[in-house]
Amino acid sequence: MAKTIVQEFTKGLWSEIPPFRLVLGLCPTLALTKSVENGFGMGVALTFVLVCSNVLIAALRNVIPSKVRIACFIIVVATFVIIVELMMQAYTYSLYEKMGIFIPLIVVNCIPLGRAEAFASKNGIVRSAMDGLGMGIGYTLSLSTLAAFRELFGTGAITLYEKPIQIMGPSFEPFSFLVEAPGAFVALGLMLCVMNLLGKK
Amino acid sequence: MRDLVLFTISCILLNNILLIQYLGNCPFLGTSKRMETATGMAMAVVFVLVLAGMMTWLARRYILVPYDLIYLQTIVFILVIAALVQFVEMFLKKSIPVLYAGLGIYLPLITTNCAVLGVCLINVKEDYGFVKMLVSSFAYAVGFGLALILFAGVRERILLARVPRPMQDTAIGLVTAGLLSLTFFAFKGMV
Repeated sequence: MAKTIVQEFTKGLWSEIPPFRLVLGLCPTLALTKSVENGFGMGVALTFVLVCSNVLIAALRNVIPSKVRIACFIIVVATFVIIVELMMQAYTYSLYEKMGIFIPLIVVNCIPLGRAEAFASKNGIVRSAMDGLGMGIGYTLSLSTLAAFRELFGTGAITLYEKPIQIMGPSFEPFSFLVEAPGAFVALGLMLCVMNLLGKK
Repeated sequence: MRDLVLFTISCILLNNILLIQYLGNCPFLGTSKRMETATGMAMAVVFVLVLAGMMTWLARRYILVPYDLIYLQTIVFILVIAALVQFVEMFLKKSIPVLYAGLGIYLPLITTNCAVLGVCLINVKEDYGFVKMLVSSFAYAVGFGLALILFAGVRERILLARVPRPMQDTAIGLVTAGLLSLTFFAFKGMV
């Protein structure tokens, strides 16, 4: 049964939310969830790339020869990644510095390519746009949640616009393991476990 | 010379590409379920990464910089890597079928392995010279292989253990990776 356009949007928010249900795009999930700002920034950048690339690929789906489709998808995605990179460099320089090589790495983050292959190359423009938007927002939500968890318990404060907001009381001992590299893996693993508990499999 | 040796160790252990820099995690979780696939992937990455590091470095130095096209870096790098992987695949199939049989199915996956593009970008960002770039590409790839093979060994053992239902598969894999990452993390301060 064909899904309605609204369902194409909402599936990205829960039933197929990346990176938990679709285990794709893990590298930025681990690396950029040290602080909420980074996680959210990455989510927004990815949403932009995903929506634009989905729309363009859906529009070109009858023109792209199927043998070289992956190469074409990569070029489309890379184009939008460069746009994001230049825009961030111009307008949000501190975030650009913090995210470092993870912005160009959106190209090989499997989500845009995966959606292009699995969805946009088979569906119309409106549907693909909704799919991209849903997936992008879902990804932003996941990253922000994970980042909030790690930052809150790892440092006891949440940094917004370069200003830390102390949330935990003075007697709270920061669990600094969480903001280091190993904590990222453990936190993501635990979150996946919680998602498995909550969701139907 | 001493610097280079220390640099190699730091790339393999201290800045391990998988566990400390979090690059290439999709193939890390995807191909680590069996030892054979892990070894195949590790070898393919070492092979391609050194070549890719070299090609992207040359492309940047002799094409992008002279013509002032740095803003196209991302797209050029990914195309160079994709073309290189395709070429290596054809070359191996034709001339070294034994190696192709071993690496074959992992080669196409490497195009979208972010460790490869990531290392190429790190080489450029840190502005390494040619020799240092070669060493860093090789060392990072070895680090990738080391972590992947160790992890596959642990993961084969997990198959025998009784894991609670919601923790199964990827979730327990990630927690294990976290513990492995902790051991690599302990090398910090060694060099």
